[in-house]
Amino acid sequence: MAAFGTGADRPLYGRSGSPGFKFTLYAVLSVVTMYLDQRQHYLEHVRYVLQAAAYPVQLLVSSPPAAWRWLKTSVQDRQALRAENARLNAQQRDLELRSMRFEALARENAELRGLREALPPVAEKWLPAEIVSIQQSGLRQQMVLNRGASNGVFKNQAVLDAHGLIGQTIHVGPWSAEVILITDPEHAVPVRIDRTGLRTIAVGSGASLALPYLPANADIKVGDTLVTSGLGGVFPEGYPVARVVAVHRDAVQPLAQVRAQPLAQIDSDSEVVLVWFRGNHPAAPGAAETKGPGGDLKSGDPSHQPQRVVHPAPAAAAAVAAPAAAAAPSSAPAPGTAAPPPAGHQP
Amino acid sequence: MIAESRVRLFLSAVVALALTALPLPPWLDVARPAFLVLTVLYWSINAPRSGGVALGFFAGLMLDVFQGPLLGEHALALSIVTYIAVREHQRIRSKPALQQALIVFAALISYELVLVIIDGWTGRPVSSYARWIHPFTGALIWPPAAAILGYGAGRRA
Repeated sequence: MAAFGTGADRPLYGRSGSPGFKFTLYAVLSVVTMYLDQRQHYLEHVRYVLQAAAYPVQLLVSSPPAAWRWLKTSVQDRQALRAENARLNAQQRDLELRSMRFEALARENAELRGLREALPPVAEKWLPAEIVSIQQSGLRQQMVLNRGASNGVFKNQAVLDAHGLIGQTIHVGPWSAEVILITDPEHAVPVRIDRTGLRTIAVGSGASLALPYLPANADIKVGDTLVTSGLGGVFPEGYPVARVVAVHRDAVQPLAQVRAQPLAQIDSDSEVVLVWFRGNHPAAPGAAETKGPGGDLKSGDPSHQPQRVVHPAPAAAAAVAAPAAAAAPSSAPAPGTAAPPPAGHQP
Repeated sequence: MIAESRVRLFLSAVVALALTALPLPPWLDVARPAFLVLTVLYWSINAPRSGGVALGFFAGLMLDVFQGPLLGEHALALSIVTYIAVREHQRIRSKPALQQALIVFAALISYELVLVIIDGWTGRPVSSYARWIHPFTGALIWPPAAAILGYGAGRRA
C-alpha cells in the first residue's frame, strides 16, 4: 500500500505528505471506523457530533418545501379555510364520540378482567415533530426529525402518525433524530393479525411490508389489519401498522407470500409524533418483556417451579383429593393451584 | 491562491451535499446524480493540492451521516476514487470533455462497486438495480457541472 506513494509525481506533494501515504492513512481510518460502527455502538458519540454538524444542511435543504407549505396556507382564501374548519369540526365531533365509547369500553374491559381501576392509556406523553428530510429510495427508508436529545428523544423510540406506526429512532443527535421507517428493508416489526390474533413478523420491503414467515395455510386474507403485538421490546401492543393488500398461496411453496401496505400516510405527513410509553403498563413494550417468559425466568423459573411441586404431589394429592382429581383433568388445575406457594416461598 | 480555492471548494461541497440531501419525488430520486462525488472528483482533478484524499474522506464521512447505514463506508469508497483521481489528475485534465465524462462514469461505477462490496461484507445484501442508475446521470451531468465549478477559475487562468 505504502508503495503507492513512491510514484514519479512525488515531488509535487512535498508539503503535506504524498497522496499515497495519505490515502493509506484514510483508508485504514475508514476501515477502522466501519469495524467499530459494525461492532455496535462504539461510535455513538462520533455520530452524535456528526449529526449535529449535518443538521444545518438538512435544515437548509428542508426550507424550500417548508416555505412552500407556509406560503400555501397563508394565501389560502377564506372559503377554503372555512371548509377546512367545518371538516375539522366534524372530525373532532366524530373523534369525541368515539373516545366516549372508548372510555366506556375500557372501563367495561377493566371490570371484565377484574381489575380494580381502569388503566391509564399506555402512551404517557407525546411530542409532535416535523419531518426535516425523508429518504424513500427503496434501499433506504429513513427520515430526519427536528427533535433530538435536547427534547428528551431517545434511541429506539416509537414514531407514529394519526393513522398508524411509522418507525423508530435509530440515531439521536442533539437537535435531530434519524428515524428508520417500518418499510426499510432492514426493519422488522412484530405484529398480530387483528382478526385472528395470529402473531408474525412484518419485514420492510421498500415501499410496503412483507410477511415472510406465514405458512401457506395461515388464516389471513386481503383487508386484514396488522397491529403491533407488543413483543420485541420497542413498540407497545395494539397500535395499527398495516393492511394486507395481497396474499399469494403457491401450491409448491410452504410459505404464503403476503404483502401489506402501511397505514401511516408518510407521503402526506409533515408532522409526526414521538411517543413515550408508561413502563409499568401491561401493554408497554418494557412490561411485555418482564411479563413474558424471559422476565419470569429471572424471578424464579415458574415453568419449572410448579412442576417441581406437582411431581411429588400426585401421591399426596391423589390420596387427599381423589374425587376432585378424578373429576377434573388431572394436570390442568395443578399448576394453577401450585403456582402461588413457590412464588411465596422463593424469596 | 490555495486559500481562495479552498473556500470555493468548501462552499461547493456544502452545496453538493445539500443537493444530495434535497428531498425529491421517488422517480427523480432514483436518477439523482451523486453530486458530492462529482464535486470531489472535480476538485481532485483540477486542484489536487487543495483537497486531495482528505477531502474525499471527509466528504464521504458526511455522506455516511446522511445516507450510510455504516459510518466509514462512503468514506472508504470516496477515498479510493479520490486517490485514483488525484494520482491521474494530469492525464484526466488533458482529455476532452467527452472522454472526461467517460472516465467519470468509470469512477462512479467503481465507487458504487466498493459500496456494494462493503454492503455484502457487512451483511446488507440490499441489491437493487436502481443503485446503478446514478453513474449514467452523473456522467451526463459532468460537462455542465465541470463548467459551472470551473467558471471563476477558468477566467483567471
